[in-house]
Amino acid sequence: MKISKVCKNVALASCLVAGLVTSSVASKVESIHFLIPGGAGGGWDGTARGVGEALKKSGLVKKTSFENMSGGGSGKAIAYIIETASKSKNTILVNSTPIVIRSLQGVFPQSFRDLSLVASVIADYQVLVVRPDSKYKNWNDILKAFKKDPRSVKIAGGSSRGSMDHLVAAQIFQAAGGDPKTVRYVPYDAGGKALAGMLTGEVDVLSTGFGEVLDKHKKGQVRIIGVTSKKSIEGIPSFKSMGTDVFFANWRGFFGTPNLSKKRIAALNVVLKKMYDTPEWEVVRARNGWTNLYQSSSEFKTFLEDQEKTIGGLMKDLGFL
Amino acid sequence: MDGIYEGITTALTTYNILMVSIGCFAGTFIGMLPGLGPISAIALMIPITYGMEPSSGLILIAGVYYGAIFGGSTSSILINAPGVAGTVATSFDGYPLAKKGYAGKALAIAAYSSFTGGTIAAVFLLFAAPALAKVSLSFQSSDYFALMVLGLTAVAAFAGKGKFLKAAIMTILGLMLATVGTDADSGVSRYTFGNLDLIDGISFLLLAMAAFALSEALMNVIENKKMSKEEKEALNKDIGNLTVTKEEFKEMAPVVGRSSVLGFFVGVLPGAGATIASFLAYGMERSLSSVKDKLMFGKGSIKGLAAPESANNAACSGSFVPLLTLGIPGSGTTAVILGALISYGIQPGPTMYTEQPALFWSVIVSMYIGNIVLLVLNLPLIPYIAKLLAMPKQLLTPLVIFFSLIGVYLVTFNTFDIYMMVIFSVIAVGLRLIDFPMAPMILGFILGGMMENNLRRALTISDGSLNFLWERPITATILVITILMLISPLISQFFSAKIKEEDR
Repeated sequence: MKISKVCKNVALASCLVAGLVTSSVASKVESIHFLIPGGAGGGWDGTARGVGEALKKSGLVKKTSFENMSGGGSGKAIAYIIETASKSKNTILVNSTPIVIRSLQGVFPQSFRDLSLVASVIADYQVLVVRPDSKYKNWNDILKAFKKDPRSVKIAGGSSRGSMDHLVAAQIFQAAGGDPKTVRYVPYDAGGKALAGMLTGEVDVLSTGFGEVLDKHKKGQVRIIGVTSKKSIEGIPSFKSMGTDVFFANWRGFFGTPNLSKKRIAALNVVLKKMYDTPEWEVVRARNGWTNLYQSSSEFKTFLEDQEKTIGGLMKDLGFL
Repeated sequence: MDGIYEGITTALTTYNILMVSIGCFAGTFIGMLPGLGPISAIALMIPITYGMEPSSGLILIAGVYYGAIFGGSTSSILINAPGVAGTVATSFDGYPLAKKGYAGKALAIAAYSSFTGGTIAAVFLLFAAPALAKVSLSFQSSDYFALMVLGLTAVAAFAGKGKFLKAAIMTILGLMLATVGTDADSGVSRYTFGNLDLIDGISFLLLAMAAFALSEALMNVIENKKMSKEEKEALNKDIGNLTVTKEEFKEMAPVVGRSSVLGFFVGVLPGAGATIASFLAYGMERSLSSVKDKLMFGKGSIKGLAAPESANNAACSGSFVPLLTLGIPGSGTTAVILGALISYGIQPGPTMYTEQPALFWSVIVSMYIGNIVLLVLNLPLIPYIAKLLAMPKQLLTPLVIFFSLIGVYLVTFNTFDIYMMVIFSVIAVGLRLIDFPMAPMILGFILGGMMENNLRRALTISDGSLNFLWERPITATILVITILMLISPLISQFFSAKIKEEDR
């Protein structure tokens, strides 16, 4: 009890000092209203509530509130934040890679450009996974089989065709010199079911998030073939290190109302950046097994433009655009 | 064995017994509100468990889970509002029973069946959980497809008395409604008419509330039967009475036994779960009943209530097999539980019961306790809950309408859903006035999506060949059972006709 109190006081004090130092640069963030475009218990919900919890408990932000608004694969919430911009200055919308994919697909008419970019906070890399006793021992085996007969390599994923699990798998094979169109993708209703499908043996390879299978890999339940990060992590080789030049990070980040003042964006950036050093954030991060990926407003913009270019090109090649 | 012993001692600490009781109690009440199912109940509870020992947290969550399933059957039986897909089949016979004035009895049967189903499943878990992991992974997409087709045969229960065509039409309507939304296999949206709100498809809850609870409430307004005082008194006399006669217990016993075993094994499959289990049990019991009993199905049959109630509870316990032994969530609810486990720093998997024996076994042991708690908690409350139906219609009907609308709105916070619900309920009232049954529609809707996805997945995997229909033993076996179930009435009819002829 005592220690946590001391911690809190230290955090408060450092917050005050930081506040004094930065007050000349940016105004303090009093309250944040998180707009979550999905239901309770989902990934977006977890991110917003986790960040909110860390910000509030560490005293960086006094008041946090949350609102779930599902519908139209985020379209509903995006339209809402744009419509109510004048009175939603405190609102930030949580989203991830699908905002890029769905806007390209035309699921909703807006794109990330219609909103103010605040920052990205965490990321998950994508991996290809096989059974421990699979005939594919490494990435080279899969690639050989794919080049011989693309139909023979079936890849499971937890979402529909044209969504992230499919696109990233196609991106990996394209980077290896294959035709992304010939990638045989088998959609399941959810990540867990795709994993079950792969384990029953009806599909040999699974495309999924790194965080979903890391522990299962360590325990020998599955084997991760490669990860889409730039460098190898946790002893798992990146595709890049195996000669397939591919990079993909499924970010989660925040957006504000259109034309949000530069001052407010800067203030939000200061607060979010500080959050990473708080023990409260470490608790939340460790609890969820997230990887930090902080990108300030301007870095975030470049990153999103790059991602849009890559994914857009891929979707064209696949015939989705 | 040491692990089991350790589990028993952990589960039997006063604190953990308290936790399982709180869980069951909270779950039952949250589950009773139409719209708030186990997912919302668990999501509400997770933050509370952060400060606890992982085993206590998981015990609390498991208590909330079966409490919510149990509570869900209460709203299905009393006001025909199945807030959870797993309790749709419960409303098929539970609501007619309640309407006849036997609400107390119906709730008591549901309580006994749930208790037995949950307990039988917990016994299976205790003795075979690690070994059953293999069963979880034995079903492939084509097998699931066959299972869904078998589930559809439960429609037959609503096809009696020249209503066959109507039931078939409604089933197809349900299958059609299931195609609305993004098609997983091509990523293209179907029948959304460019409307953003339809991209994720029509939600089960919305359709069930509109077709069942809302339309039922509206029908009450339209029919507005004026009952004489004596009639009313007669109807309300038995409402709080929960005596189940010895004969009825005898009738129920084999049904509950069979359905629990079936439910458990279907629950173990990550691609099936409580809903499919309850439909299959319902269909199976109907097929096994005598011709006279068959006619009662859908009109307040005791067997028709006991079967899905034992099956869905057994399936809920069964779904802990893939969750705990493989780390695979088979449903939205178990996915939320998995999220909670990970946040405690526990990754369930094949090594969990050797690495965390106390946790693994204490959860399973707490299921016994949970089931007893549920029974003890609910039996004394039933008369009071059942009295809800004795409320004047002028009060009850608006309340039902209010809770169904709010329930759906609270899940998505999307006003479009409310408009859609109102439109659906008006259509449902129209269809009911010309005597179309609603149950086949909801059955087709629930099974349709899963049936299509599994079939198309199986086709992609087999490169478009239909060979799996006879080459995979499980698929072929299930399909043969389906065909037998469909033609068995014809065969028995044929034979009885023959016997009659010979008698002459």
